Amino acid sequence: MSARELHLVGRLGGRGVLFPATQVRRVVDIADIVPVPHAAPAVRGLAALRSRVVTVIDSWRVLDLPSPPPGRHRAVTTAVDGHVYAVLVDDLEDAEPVEVVPLPPGTALGESWAAIATGSAVRDGEPLLAIDLARLIARVG
Amino acid sequence: MDELLQEFIAETRESLEAIAGEVVAWEADPADRARLDAIFRFVHTVKGSCGFLDLPRVGRLAHAAEDALAAVRAGERVPDPALVNAVLAIVDRIGAIVAAIDAGAALEALGEEALIAALDPAYQGEKGIVPAQPATIQRGQSRSIRLSVDLLDRMMNGVSEMVLVRNELAHRLAESGDQAFEGALDRLSHTVAELQDAVTRTRMQTVDALFSALPRVVRDTAAELGKQVTLTIDGGDVELDREMIELLRDPLVHMVRNALDHGIETPAERRAAGKRDIGRLAVSAHQSGNRIIVEIADDGRGVDTERLVAGIVSRDPMRDAELRALSPQQRLELMFEAGVSSRDIATATSGRGVGMDVVRTNVEQIGGSIALLNRPGQGLTVSIEVPLTLAILSAVVVEGGGQTFALPRQAVHEIVATAAGATRIDRIGDGRIVTIRDRRLPLIALDEVLGLPVRDPALLAVLEVPGGSYALGVDTVIDTEEVVVKPASPAVMRAGVYAGMTLPDSGHPMLLLDAAGLAEVSGLRFSRIDRVEEEAPPAAVEEAGIEALLFEDIDGRRRAIPLAAISRIEPLPAASVHQAAGQHWLSSGGAPIRLVSAVALRAPADGWSALRLPEELGGAAYPVREPIDIVRLPTDIAPAAAPLAGVALIEGEAIELIDPLALGAMPAAPRLCLLHGAEAGWMEIFLKPAIEAAGYRVVRQLAPGEMAEVALAMDGEEEAGVETGRLLRLGRTPADPLYRYDRAAVVAALEEAA
Repeated sequence: MSARELHLVGRLGGRGVLFPATQVRRVVDIADIVPVPHAAPAVRGLAALRSRVVTVIDSWRVLDLPSPPPGRHRAVTTAVDGHVYAVLVDDLEDAEPVEVVPLPPGTALGESWAAIATGSAVRDGEPLLAIDLARLIARVG
Repeated sequence: MDELLQEFIAETRESLEAIAGEVVAWEADPADRARLDAIFRFVHTVKGSCGFLDLPRVGRLAHAAEDALAAVRAGERVPDPALVNAVLAIVDRIGAIVAAIDAGAALEALGEEALIAALDPAYQGEKGIVPAQPATIQRGQSRSIRLSVDLLDRMMNGVSEMVLVRNELAHRLAESGDQAFEGALDRLSHTVAELQDAVTRTRMQTVDALFSALPRVVRDTAAELGKQVTLTIDGGDVELDREMIELLRDPLVHMVRNALDHGIETPAERRAAGKRDIGRLAVSAHQSGNRIIVEIADDGRGVDTERLVAGIVSRDPMRDAELRALSPQQRLELMFEAGVSSRDIATATSGRGVGMDVVRTNVEQIGGSIALLNRPGQGLTVSIEVPLTLAILSAVVVEGGGQTFALPRQAVHEIVATAAGATRIDRIGDGRIVTIRDRRLPLIALDEVLGLPVRDPALLAVLEVPGGSYALGVDTVIDTEEVVVKPASPAVMRAGVYAGMTLPDSGHPMLLLDAAGLAEVSGLRFSRIDRVEEEAPPAAVEEAGIEALLFEDIDGRRRAIPLAAISRIEPLPAASVHQAAGQHWLSSGGAPIRLVSAVALRAPADGWSALRLPEELGGAAYPVREPIDIVRLPTDIAPAAAPLAGVALIEGEAIELIDPLALGAMPAAPRLCLLHGAEAGWMEIFLKPAIEAAGYRVVRQLAPGEMAEVALAMDGEEEAGVETGRLLRLGRTPADPLYRYDRAAVVAALEEAA
């Protein structure tokens, strides 16, 4: 766990988060979303990226946070079992190598965050939570 | 068989190339066990294939070499140079014969006995001399090559992707209003369509690939169980997507084993039940539209549903009351419940492999369905129905709750406008029932099921699902479209109402609805049994002589028709028969089918069946009150006038025998109705069933030389190039002379035009 690995630094629900670069395919802006009625609330819908259809995940819903209104949102795409998902975020800043370490003992993340976190790293004095995208998608329900 | 032979040639050639090195190495060191094993495997495989393909010459050579090598492997023989030479000579000769078969040339069997004799340790011929090299045969022009399946899959994916890019391009161009690239885009569309078709065909394989393993499975399983079974295989030439074949392989073998293990009784039990010692198992495939139906029918004891229920209750006593309340068909469905082992279904022998629930899940995952027809004491028929291919689907695009969705064309039986007055909607409990032409169907509204803003449905799509039909209320029908279906992510599939997704020309992703899923989510429950076709009695093959089907004709007399003249037997619902142009027609989804009979036809009563004659005999249907039995015709048949082939004495009764050729020769093909213009797709959905019921065959394009009796076109549409006796124009508003939603008026106009 001591090696510095490339991560994308972003914000989700006002918190600083990290996505491992190995899990992220692209960073995209998503505006047109076709809803998927009757699916879980965290499934925001489908979107076309070039000729590919992706499932758009409402990350805020996964984390029991209030969702921002519809509109253009930034997302990272990731593939799980051959299906591509776009995971919406507040914002993405840049990519940089960081060292992810286990969370300080006793840190209470809350159930939803704890289920998707793999550790944390500190950048410019701010602690960032490292998120596993596959686990986030598995929580969609 | 040709295909199998080609495969054998290709395989043998590849193996020969692969073992060429082994041969040389073995020659250098006859004690090398690994080389010996490789060559042994080769001759062993060749021998096996030869028995199957009926190539006795190659088979004899391979067999002799196998025996000699087996002796070496068992340590009974030392591999001396004479033996090595003799084996290598045989391997060479096998190569030469295979090349000759491929080239279609004859190769003289010269010296093959000597080659075999040379394997004998006591062989006294010229030791140490390699027998003459085989004559050089010109290598046949190979008409087939072997490709890895991965490569085909990549091609298919590439083409699917290309279709999507083409769609996007078309969309962008249409938006920009730029006409400059229209010609190029058309050419691209055309090429892509052809490519798509070609690639789809590369993925097709005959069902034989699936069926060829069955004789062995049946033989082995029957021997193991001490049962005697005759297997009949039919329809092996039906083509199916390769992927489908792979996905069907396990379910099919499972079903066949089940039939033998639990269905067909031991000879003693059969005798006691008044049956023949030898059980019958009939496996068949036939195509119906773009679906393939594979049937596994046995004449065993059927399923004892009482025992099935008792088995479940013994494990889960809480369910006793619930299960007791089920109908026999619902009880049969319990076979598909998770955790129900085949031990519950029959008796002694242990259930093996996967359960029926897994089989059903696997079949449903590929868009198929599975249905059971149980005749206690007489056998079980399992029908597995699957689509031809996975990737490309003809879809009806509908709108509900402000969003567009695709419905598989296959599931849409017809579309009816609620405003046309031909329908009536009633509330019943919390549900709704719609009456369409005396047919009552449960009604659900798409927007309501999906939790979207609700409006009164303007159109009803009558959907067929395994076990029944229901009406789905939608706001509008937009058009029909060929779509490339992509699997949706698990997060989407968990909604339970989608079968996949697609990206149409609009550039907006569209969800493909799952008709069965919508019914399920809405609480509609259908028994899967109701719709099952009556099983065609399995034909026996073990005895010589003509077999015929004895049936009760519509005039109450018993008659017989040669079994070979019947492609299948299906139920004949009274509502599906219509009279037009002095004939009776059966409409069952596709083109109308003419009814023929040896006696005067009349409207059918409920419970009748139709004997479907094969295409060569005109594909007509012969209505009967009831199929009775399969009988063997005596050799003495007294002559009679057409359409009778004669009169035969069967079980002491004089039975009239129908001459199928005389029936097929009866007059008249259905009249032709052409749907013309840009709205032909719309007409096909809305009007086709009604037009067909009026006795027409409906096409969107005429074959060369064909002329339509009537053509339908929208008002104001070009009529250039329409070869027709009469053109009917449909209006877009109720004020027009012939409003397009006024189905009754359209049908009346058609009758008049005839």
